[in-house]
Amino acid sequence: MKVLFRKTKELESQIDDYLDIVDRSALIFLQGLKFYFENRKDEFEQRYHDLRAMESKGDFLRRDIENKLYTHTLIPEFRGDVLGLLESSDTVLNRMAITLLNFSIENPEILEELWPQYIDLAEAASLAVENMVKAIRTYFRDLSAVRDYINKTLFYEKESDRISEKIKREIFQKDIELSRKAHMRVFVHHIELIADEAEDVCDRLAIATAKRHE
Amino acid sequence: MIWFYLLSGLFLGWSLGANDAANIFGTAVSTRMVRFKIAALISSIFVILGATISGAGPTNTLTQLGAVNALGGSFTVALASAITVTWMTKTKLPVSTTQAIVGGILGWNWFTHSTTDYRALSQIVSTWFFSPLIAAIFAIILHRISIKIFSRIKLHLLEIDLITRIGLLLVGAFGAYSLGANNIANVMGVFVSAAPVKDLQLGSLIHISGTRQLFFLGALAISVGIYTYSRKVMLTVGNELYKLTPFSALIAVLSVSLVLFIFASHQLSVILISLGLPPIPLVPISSTQAVIGAVIGIGLAKGGKGIHYPVIGKVILGWVITPIATALLCFIMLFFVQNVFEIQVMAP
Repeated sequence: MKVLFRKTKELESQIDDYLDIVDRSALIFLQGLKFYFENRKDEFEQRYHDLRAMESKGDFLRRDIENKLYTHTLIPEFRGDVLGLLESSDTVLNRMAITLLNFSIENPEILEELWPQYIDLAEAASLAVENMVKAIRTYFRDLSAVRDYINKTLFYEKESDRISEKIKREIFQKDIELSRKAHMRVFVHHIELIADEAEDVCDRLAIATAKRHE
Repeated sequence: MIWFYLLSGLFLGWSLGANDAANIFGTAVSTRMVRFKIAALISSIFVILGATISGAGPTNTLTQLGAVNALGGSFTVALASAITVTWMTKTKLPVSTTQAIVGGILGWNWFTHSTTDYRALSQIVSTWFFSPLIAAIFAIILHRISIKIFSRIKLHLLEIDLITRIGLLLVGAFGAYSLGANNIANVMGVFVSAAPVKDLQLGSLIHISGTRQLFFLGALAISVGIYTYSRKVMLTVGNELYKLTPFSALIAVLSVSLVLFIFASHQLSVILISLGLPPIPLVPISSTQAVIGAVIGIGLAKGGKGIHYPVIGKVILGWVITPIATALLCFIMLFFVQNVFEIQVMAP
């Protein structure tokens, strides 16, 4: 009996560790972008590598959790939902890493007057991810609080939509080459997608929560 | 020769094990919360313990209804019941071994012109109505209590899963014990007055009565039924009336086990009498009907949505058909056994 409780505790802390990784990755992503716009390229690259390390650690942990859930046939009725949540939150993590990777490779030349808005957009995306993680955590322990965090995530996703639209409009009103406009727009889209992915996770979470209320 | 006569009872026991173990472990196994091997082992051990330790009370009530006193009669009553149970199972009507055996005994009373104890009959028939009702009330109360507890202590989903698994095993063991105690009367009750099984004395300390030996044998047949056929029933049963989660299944099984226990526990009846309360009749009840009551109770506690009400109509149809069909079949079979095979079906 003691062994069973110990194994359950172990798996619980693995799930918490995985969610910590996603949460911390959102902060690293935000910090990385801030360094990019402050022209602190070395520190930006360091953040990008940190995020990649987090991503591979998260992948390893997620696979181990999934493996344990299947081999010990744990939470049979909710296993599909939990695996779906872990996998879709991994997509968010990957999206953040890919965005920093694209900044690192393509080194986009973004107009200086737009930098604060890009940072605002990254902050909204990062907050959407943070609240998404909180929502997933409460799914495991306190169903009644899930809705609050889902609402916050949706708020920040809408905020990121609003900011990205504003940036795109401003970009295309500038008197610069179309190729540069398009390049700047693509990076708005990259950041915006992070919040969109967090919203998708929350949609999935809302259904999973309703199932547990049944 | 006695072994041949007992075969029909053992067949009935097998059929009870095959069908009714699913009422205890069905959802646990079908949702993979508990492995079939573990479920079968626990239910077999505890059915045997329940039958041999606490099986006497409900058996006495069945004997009051009609003391089948010749082995040929016991054989025919048990066989008619087993045939009805098998037929009803094949036609997918919810069937109760209890109702079948009561119908069989009434058929024997009818054929042999023996008097039916209407007090015992009314006690038994009233439990067919009350047992699902009590199970439903237990399920509603237990469901509400558990919701309150879990909303306060905020356990992790994995902890709830572990507690549910352990609960399903413990409650399953209690349920199997209660099933054995309550339903062994259906399997071996009709042989108690007729079978000449001698008491067994092992050394100076261990004394096993003939009735207990019969109960042990019947419980073994139930175990064989559990091991050979209940897996199939467990994997298909459960979601027809209302879709149960493993935790709801735990509540349902606990409610059913309590009802089975209440109607089989001599000690509980004695306690109630000592408190000046009316005693609970010790009557074999149908675990299938109790499960249906408990599942409806859970459905109602969750707001009443998702209950497949037409299934209740099928259940009521089963209630009516089973005793009548068994009584008729038993009467016809007794006629053939007595007049064609010239076997005594009633001692003078």
